[in-house]
Amino acid sequence: MSGPAETAGEPMTAEKSETVGKPVAAGPAAGRRGALVRAVTAHRGRLAVAALLAVACYLPFQLVPFHVFQLTMVLVYAVALLGLNLLVGHAGQISLGHGAFFAVGAYGTAIMIDRWDAPHLATLPVAAAAAFALGLAFGLPAVRLHGLYLALVTLAIAVFLVPLLKRFESVTGGSMGLTLGKPAPPAWTGLAEDQWLYFLALAVAVVTFLLARGLLRSRVGRALHAVRDDEAAAEVMGVRLSFHKTLAFAWSAMFAGAAGSVYTWVIGFVSPDSFSVTLSITLLAGIVVGGLGSLAGPLLGGLFVMFVPSISQDVNEAAPGVVFGLLIIAVMYVAPAGLAGLAARLARSTMRILRKG
Amino acid sequence: MAGFLQQVIEGLGAGAIYASLALALVLIHRFTGIVNFAQGELAMFSTYVAWQFTAAGLPFWAALPLTLAVSFAGGMLIERVVIRPVEGAPELTVVIVTVGLFIFVNAAAGWIWSFLIKDFPNPFPVGAVEAGGLTVSHSTLGVLAVVGAVMGLLYLLFRHTKVGLGMRAVAADPVSARLVGVRVGRTLALGWGLAATVGAVSGVLVAPLLFLEPNMMGGVLIYAFAAATLGGFDSPGGAVVGGLVVGVAETLAGAYVGFVGSDLKVGVPLAVILCVLLLRPQGLFGRAAVERA
Repeated sequence: MSGPAETAGEPMTAEKSETVGKPVAAGPAAGRRGALVRAVTAHRGRLAVAALLAVACYLPFQLVPFHVFQLTMVLVYAVALLGLNLLVGHAGQISLGHGAFFAVGAYGTAIMIDRWDAPHLATLPVAAAAAFALGLAFGLPAVRLHGLYLALVTLAIAVFLVPLLKRFESVTGGSMGLTLGKPAPPAWTGLAEDQWLYFLALAVAVVTFLLARGLLRSRVGRALHAVRDDEAAAEVMGVRLSFHKTLAFAWSAMFAGAAGSVYTWVIGFVSPDSFSVTLSITLLAGIVVGGLGSLAGPLLGGLFVMFVPSISQDVNEAAPGVVFGLLIIAVMYVAPAGLAGLAARLARSTMRILRKG
Repeated sequence: MAGFLQQVIEGLGAGAIYASLALALVLIHRFTGIVNFAQGELAMFSTYVAWQFTAAGLPFWAALPLTLAVSFAGGMLIERVVIRPVEGAPELTVVIVTVGLFIFVNAAAGWIWSFLIKDFPNPFPVGAVEAGGLTVSHSTLGVLAVVGAVMGLLYLLFRHTKVGLGMRAVAADPVSARLVGVRVGRTLALGWGLAATVGAVSGVLVAPLLFLEPNMMGGVLIYAFAAATLGGFDSPGGAVVGGLVVGVAETLAGAYVGFVGSDLKVGVPLAVILCVLLLRPQGLFGRAAVERA
């Protein structure tokens, strides 16, 4: 199941890496075969995304509902990880509390539906905006300073959130949580509920990926990279540090909030214990292992977060934690670009073999 | 008034525990510039080691030194194996590695001892001292005494021993320290060992008050972070003062601010961290860092 996503992961990262130009220029292969390889090489990013989307649209018609649900959750996590990646991978700041913004989105949507019968789709922008505003509020004091303090503040937020949700019982449903209806598929689509949810999540994922890509290619993205690579140098070049860091934090909170909103559509139930510190730490583990600073990282991280616990849980209740912990440390030692980096490396050597052959 | 003082005393008892974990955080931060997010989990693991010794039939006061020795060795081992490879790496990398350590140690404890709650023996006799209308339980007194003793020993170590002098030299300037013959690597490992030992004390003290389970220290860690932020991340004395202040503030907020109550007390450290960052980011006793590019 993870096959198609991984094949897509390779070229997407390769596309953004600076080595893209080299293989094309260096390959003196002649003839139609060479031309074909060159064309594929030049457009491999787009081709791969197109292939991935085609597979993504085809899969829900082939899989049993439970697997469709799992893939939907992969997309939800990928959107949240996209936000975290913006902050950690691109701006070099660390958040140990992104689960809290995820929860703000999830609860925002749940409360809107529960209290005001809001249509499902309309809740997403509002929930995302709420997460954005909260990110801005907490980012202001925290990111003015050393990166470390953001980690402290976000961890404290994540710890504080669960009792807070339990406290305001009349709004949040307390420990019992809120149970909601799922969005019904419109009749003209002819889709089953799980398929409709999947396509909703897919649409949100595609839109947020495009948004993040646009953001990173703009001057804002370059400013964030400058901040990450050397704060002092960035400041000298005229990048307003606190402005960009705070905004990066708020955006990444917004993506997490959007993911939370879709989470509520898909699960149809929210309770405080789903959003404990564990969620925040799982998200961090996901993006580190998936690949910091690459567009494919969140997707690979989503697959990792979804499937590694369910597979390793069979061994022992604590096995997912052991795997997560060891993998995070191992990735930081030997493969700082995570799975996406490994995939890109694999793609490059495949391309090399293709050109030679 | 007596009620108020009673709350303050309770707060000091809790604060002493936060202070000892904060002290462990500050020790490592001073030596290596690292904030160890796994500190609480290491303390939890040490507490399980102590529990294992007592479960094997050892009396608590015999299990304690053994536990502290194991923790010291464990701390040094972790510095060598886990932290040394990322020494000098960007802060982000180091923080992520300690978070990885956090997850791993937490899960490993769950794997070895299961996630079920265990009872931890209270080392102090039941009962209380009464004076002037105030009741101070033996365990509060005991906690204060133990934490005070740990502080005193650390002070003696740093001020009056050659090892301590070397450690201060490394904290002040590792390169110069190496030039005058201090073995920096060994000293850093020693710092981690000491921090793990001090952390273990906080774990052993808090376990009888809470219940022993792998997530026990998660909440305490937040208070310790607030304490260290308040006192200043490079000031051991500040960590102690910060811990006591946070403990008292938490207890008073829980008792007198109706809105906070007992369930929202964990918002106090968040508020403390945010206030300190806004008003005096270096903490009460810390030095403002001057960065040179």
